[in-house]
Amino acid sequence: MASTDISLTHDVHHAHDDHDHDHHDQHFIFKYIFSQDHKVIAKQFLITGIIWAFIGGALSTIFRLQLGWPQATYDWLEPILGKWIEGGKLSPEFFLSLVTMHGTIMVFFVLTAGLSGTFSNFLIPLQIGARDMASGFLNMLSYWFFFLSSVIMFLSLFLETGPASAGWTIYPPLSALPQAIPGSGTGMTMWIVSMAFFIVSSLLGSVNYITTVINLRTKGMSMTKLPLTIWAFFLTAVLGVLSFPVLFSCVLLLLFDRSFGTSFYLSEIYVAGEALSNVGGSPILFQHLFWFLGHPEVYIVILPGFGIVSEIIATNARKPIFGYRAMIGSMLGISLLSFIVWAHHMFVSGMNPFLGSVFMFLTLIIAVPSAVKVFNWLATLWRGNIVFTVPMLFSIGFVSLFISGGLTGIILGNSTLDIQFHNTYFVVAHFHLVMASSAFFGLFAGVYHWYPKMFGRMMDDKLGYIHFWLTFIGVYMVFMPMHYVGIAGFPRRYYSWTSFELFSKFADLNMYISLAAVIAWLAQFIFAFNFFYSMFRGRRATQNPWRSTTLEWTTPVNPGHGNWPGAIPTVYRWPYDYSKPGAADDFIPQHIPYSETASSNLPHEKDLA
Amino acid sequence: MSTTTTLEQANTTTWDGGNEPMKASYGKLMMWFFLLSDAFTFCAFLTAYGAIRHRHHAYTGAPEDFTFSTAYWPIPEKVFNAFPGLHGVDLPLAFVALMTMILILSSVTMVLAVEAGHRMDKADVQKWLLWTILFGSAFVGCQAWEWGHFITGTEQGMTLPDGSVFHGANLKFNQYGPVLFADLFFFITGFHGTHVFSGIVLLIIMFINTVNGTYQRRGHYEMVEKVGLYWHFVDLVWVFVFTFFYLV
Ligand code: HEM
Ligand SMILES: [Cu+2]
Repeated sequence: MASTDISLTHDVHHAHDDHDHDHHDQHFIFKYIFSQDHKVIAKQFLITGIIWAFIGGALSTIFRLQLGWPQATYDWLEPILGKWIEGGKLSPEFFLSLVTMHGTIMVFFVLTAGLSGTFSNFLIPLQIGARDMASGFLNMLSYWFFFLSSVIMFLSLFLETGPASAGWTIYPPLSALPQAIPGSGTGMTMWIVSMAFFIVSSLLGSVNYITTVINLRTKGMSMTKLPLTIWAFFLTAVLGVLSFPVLFSCVLLLLFDRSFGTSFYLSEIYVAGEALSNVGGSPILFQHLFWFLGHPEVYIVILPGFGIVSEIIATNARKPIFGYRAMIGSMLGISLLSFIVWAHHMFVSGMNPFLGSVFMFLTLIIAVPSAVKVFNWLATLWRGNIVFTVPMLFSIGFVSLFISGGLTGIILGNSTLDIQFHNTYFVVAHFHLVMASSAFFGLFAGVYHWYPKMFGRMMDDKLGYIHFWLTFIGVYMVFMPMHYVGIAGFPRRYYSWTSFELFSKFADLNMYISLAAVIAWLAQFIFAFNFFYSMFRGRRATQNPWRSTTLEWTTPVNPGHGNWPGAIPTVYRWPYDYSKPGAADDFIPQHIPYSETASSNLPHEKDLA
Repeated sequence: MSTTTTLEQANTTTWDGGNEPMKASYGKLMMWFFLLSDAFTFCAFLTAYGAIRHRHHAYTGAPEDFTFSTAYWPIPEKVFNAFPGLHGVDLPLAFVALMTMILILSSVTMVLAVEAGHRMDKADVQKWLLWTILFGSAFVGCQAWEWGHFITGTEQGMTLPDGSVFHGANLKFNQYGPVLFADLFFFITGFHGTHVFSGIVLLIIMFINTVNGTYQRRGHYEMVEKVGLYWHFVDLVWVFVFTFFYLV
C-alpha cells in the first residue's frame, strides 16, 4: 500500500486541539500501513480493490477469448498460464476456474470490499461530522482481515490443481468432492478459508459503520438530514451483518463435508461408477443457505451505488434530490424485501412450484421500490442545470444501466419464463448490467467525485470523458447481444459450444461480444493511469470543487487526523439545498444556519435556527 | 434580516445528532450487532437441522419397542439416557438437564457480576466472575463427558453391512440412527461449545483486569457488561440447541 502515502505527506500538521489522537510523530508504518485513520483505511480498500478489479478483468478477458475464438490457439499465453494451456488450448478445467474466480473476485473483493470498504470508510465520518469511526482499531483490523483473505485467494490462483472451479456460487456436490474436478481440491479449501476471513472483515467493518452512524452524528445531523450516501452505507452494513453470517454457516458445513466426511449436502452420489457412502444430506439446502446471503449480497453491491449516485446527481443537476424521503423509504423497502426473495435463484432446482410462485410474487414486488428510485433520479435530472462532470456522466450511466438490467430482472422473476432462461447467458447479461456494470459505474462516479477530497487533486477531465464513453458504449456492446445468445438457450459456464450445431450461428455474435469486452477492459487502463498520475500531477483541488452542500467539503483540502482542525460544524439543514429561490448562491451547505439565509427561507423555516 | 428568532442552536431531541440516541456506548452497540449477526449464524444451523431432519423418517412405533436403526430419526430420550457413575441405569435426559441448570446458574452469577460492577464493588465483581467462570467450565466439562459417551456408544452397537459391529458415533457412522443425526449433533453442539469456551476465555481476561484494578481506575465496568451480553446470548442459544436436539 505504499502508493497511498504520497498525497498525504503534506497534510499532517493541522491543529489537533480538541481531540485526543495526538500522534504527531507517528512512525511511517502506523501512519500509512497499520493506520487507524478512516481516510487512510478507505484508500487501502480502494487500491486493493482496484488491483483485484484488474486481476478479475484479466481472467474474464481470457475466457472471453476462448468463447469468441474457440478455434484459436493460445501458445502465446503459455509463459503466463503454464500448464493450463494444453497443446495450445485452454484446458476445460481452467476455463471453469477462470469463471469462478472472476465471479468471486468481482462480487466479493471488488464490489463488496472495494466499494463499501472505500466509501463507507471515507464518507461516513466526513459526512456525518465525526472525527473518525467509532473504533479505529476494529476498522484497521477489518482491512487487514480483508488483506489476509485477499492473499489466500490470490495464492490459490497458483495451485497445481487450480483455484476453486465450481462457480462463484460453489454449489455442491461439485464443490464438495475433490474427485469431481481438480479445482475442488485444495483450491476449494482455500476459497472457503479466504471467504471466512472475508466475512470476519465484513462484519468488523459493518458493525463499525452502523454504530458510527447511530452514535457519532454531529449536533443537528438527524436521520432525516443525512445525505443519502450515508443511508445507503448504513443499510448496506445492516444487510451485511444479517446475511454474511449465513454464508459463514453455509461454507462451514461445506468445509465439514469436504474435509471431515459429514453428509450435510451429500446423498447417494456416484462418481466414476463408485458409490459414495454419504446418505441423507441435501444439496438444495446449500442453495437455500447460499442464496439467503446471495440475494442480499447483490444489494450490498448496489446500495452504495444508489447512495453515491443520488448525491452526485443532485449536486450536478443543481437541484434538490427529488423525493428524499421516498429515496430512504425505497432503500428500506429494498433492504427488507431482499431477505425474502432468495429462492428466485432456485426456480428450477426442483423446489416445490407453489413455493416458487410465492417467491415469484415477492420478487416482482422489488420492482416497485426500484422503480421509485429510478423515477426519482429522472425527476431530479428533469430540467436541472446539469453540469456534465465526469462523475455526473457515470451517475447517469448508472441509471441507464440499472434500468436496462432491471427490466430483464422482471422477466427472470417470472418462474415460468425462468425455466427457459435459467443458466443461460440471459441471466449473465441481466446481472452484469444491473449489478456488475451499475456498481462499477457507481464506483467510478464516486472515485471521480471524491478524488479531490481523498488526494487533494483533481483527476483529469479529458481522460475521464474518454474513459466514460469507451466504458459506457463497451458495456452495452457486450451485454446487449448477450441477451440474444441467452434467449436462444446458450448455456453459461460452457467451455466449448462448437459441438452443438444449434449454436454455431452465434459464432459471430460471440466474437463481437468478446471484441467489445476486450476493448472495454483496455479502456480501464486509462482510468488506472488517470488515477495514479493525478495523485502526483493532477490539478490542485479547491476546498469545494463541485460546490456541494455536504460536510466533507467544509474540511481543509487535505483533511488531517480528526478531519476538522477546529470544532466540528453543527448541522442546520438537509443536504440538498441546491438552487433555493432567493439564495445568494445556488447551494447552501448544511452547516449554514437559517438565521443567515433570511432571503431564501421558506415560511416554516423562519423560526428555525 | 429576519427579526423573529435567531437561535443558533440545532434541534437536540433524541435522534438529532450529537448524542447517543440509544443510550448505549458504541462498544455496547457493536456487541449487540455482533450478537445479532451471530444469531443468524445459529439460525442457519438450526434451520439446516430442521430441513435435514424433515428429510428423514420419524419413529412411529411405541416408545417401549424403540431400537436404534438408520431407518428413522432416534428418540432423544433413548440416546441421551446415561449419567456419569450410574452405569446401565436409564435416566432419560437427566444429565443434560443438569448441564442446562449449570449454564443457567452461570447466567445468574453473570448478572450479579454486572450488578456489582454498577456499584463499583471490585470484590463482588471478582467473586461473581469467578463463579461464572466455574459454572461455565463445568458446563464445558459436562459436554465433554456427554460427547465422550456418545462417541463410545453402547455394548450392542450397530452391525455394519460387512458384518463387523460399530459402537458409538462419529462423523461417518452412527449406531443410534442416521449418520446425519451424529453429524448435526457434533457440529452444532460443538459450535455452541466453542462459543462457551470463547466466553470463558473472555471472562478470564475480565477477571484478570478486574483484579488488576483496570476497570476500577477507568471508573466503570462496561467491559464486564459487554462480555455479560455475550454470555447471556450463548446461554439463550443453548436453550434452542437443547430444544432441538433433546426435546423435539
Ligand atoms: C427488478 C428487480 C430484479 C429482479 C426481479 C431480479 C430477478 C432475478 C432472477 C429471477 C434471477 C435468477 C435467474 C436465474 O438464475 O435463472 C436473477 C439473477 C441475478 N440477479 Fe437479479 N433481479 C433484479 C434485480 C437485480 C439487482 C438490482 C441485482 C444486483 C444489484 C441483481 C443481481 C443478480 C445476480 C448477480 C443474479 C445471478 C446470480 C447467478 O446465478 O450467478 N438483480 N435476478
Ligand atoms: Cu436475487
